[in-house]
Amino acid sequence: MISTIIIILGIIMIVAGIIAVHLKNLLAAIIVSGAISLLASIIYLILGSPDVAMTEASIGAGLTTIVFLFALNKARKEDKND
Amino acid sequence: MIFALILGFALLLIGIYGMLSQRNLIKIVISFSIADTGTHIIIVAIGYLRGRTAPILDKAIDIANATHKVVDPIPSALVLTAIVIGLAVTALMLSFIIELYKKKKSLSIDDYQELKW
Amino acid sequence: MIKKIFVALAIFGLFSIFLPIMINFDFHQNLSELSTQYVKGSVEDLNSQNVVTSVIVTYRGLDTLGEVTVLFLATAGIGFLLKKRKGKKRVASELLQTSSSFLSVVIIMFGIFIFSHGHLTPGGGFQGGVMIASAFLLLMLSDVNLELNHTILQFIESLSGAFYVVVGLIGLVLTIGFLNSKIIPLGEYGNLFSAGAIPLIYSFVGLKVGSELTNILDAMGGD
Repeated sequence: MISTIIIILGIIMIVAGIIAVHLKNLLAAIIVSGAISLLASIIYLILGSPDVAMTEASIGAGLTTIVFLFALNKARKEDKND
Repeated sequence: MIFALILGFALLLIGIYGMLSQRNLIKIVISFSIADTGTHIIIVAIGYLRGRTAPILDKAIDIANATHKVVDPIPSALVLTAIVIGLAVTALMLSFIIELYKKKKSLSIDDYQELKW
Repeated sequence: MIKKIFVALAIFGLFSIFLPIMINFDFHQNLSELSTQYVKGSVEDLNSQNVVTSVIVTYRGLDTLGEVTVLFLATAGIGFLLKKRKGKKRVASELLQTSSSFLSVVIIMFGIFIFSHGHLTPGGGFQGGVMIASAFLLLMLSDVNLELNHTILQFIESLSGAFYVVVGLIGLVLTIGFLNSKIIPLGEYGNLFSAGAIPLIYSFVGLKVGSELTNILDAMGGD
């Protein structure tokens, strides 16, 4: 049962990783990499470490995505200023 | 858990491939964070023991026999701190990228060749 | 073209290094000796339910102190690089502002709950700190003109860092050991006021991480 869940989640994560590396659209790539972190937190929960799962869900999927979006937003604003 | 170990190594390889092949600076940082996730999954998978539960010793666990009931707590502790540091390092890299963008108005790594020999 | 060949060679080389690790990996059937001691000591020695918390705060307390320092240095670097400028003003709707100011208080309370119960339930200073930072993020997103009071933030950040070190030094003065949590009576197993100084230290870590991450988000999010 645990192996099945990890295999399914793992296939999704690997495909999402390849997509995130190759996408031309930066915004979509950032969102996909956030989704990878969210799925990783489910895997941590299955592997018996809820502390790590909480940290990954709040930091990896939440704040890291936000920081990436802020950086992208700043770069775009620099474009508009000129 | 061998499947989680394979998944972690696969994500690590994807991240390193992205860092080496992509030309966009933000893309490189995204690949770095994917490789980061892969490393964390590897470390947690090493600490997993089949059929055991989380290392929280409340009433649900027979405390006298706890060492045969819980997974290894040390990898969890290591990964927990590594994730927080990962966020700080990612934010620092992105602020360097913003500073570089202010100077040259480009996100492509091909435009920053001052130190290339 | 040559670059692509080199990239493929590097990936193939790493794969051939990783493959034997994956195939020959010897999974343990039992806890290692060190982990066994940690699990036993967490119950008998420290009265802490969550073993991960007792490893982070007490057994590896010096590591955590160093890690908080790294976080502080990264925050200082970001604040140095990104100086905030005045952007254009855009006012959010009344509904969004009111609801987010209500919600952020609830989120901050939940963060405090998480880091004060770090020795009983999953979670702790780092997760609670992130939740507090996310409450401030909500406020920043709903009100673009929000000016965070940096004096208070710096005050909280430096005071909690200083008290973290002071709690560690008290252990040295009492000749128990640096960052040992037995400086406070251990209390009853499973209560909120148990596990000695672990809730105290984790609360300081939570406040420090929360204020530092709020600073990072403020510096990155400013126009």
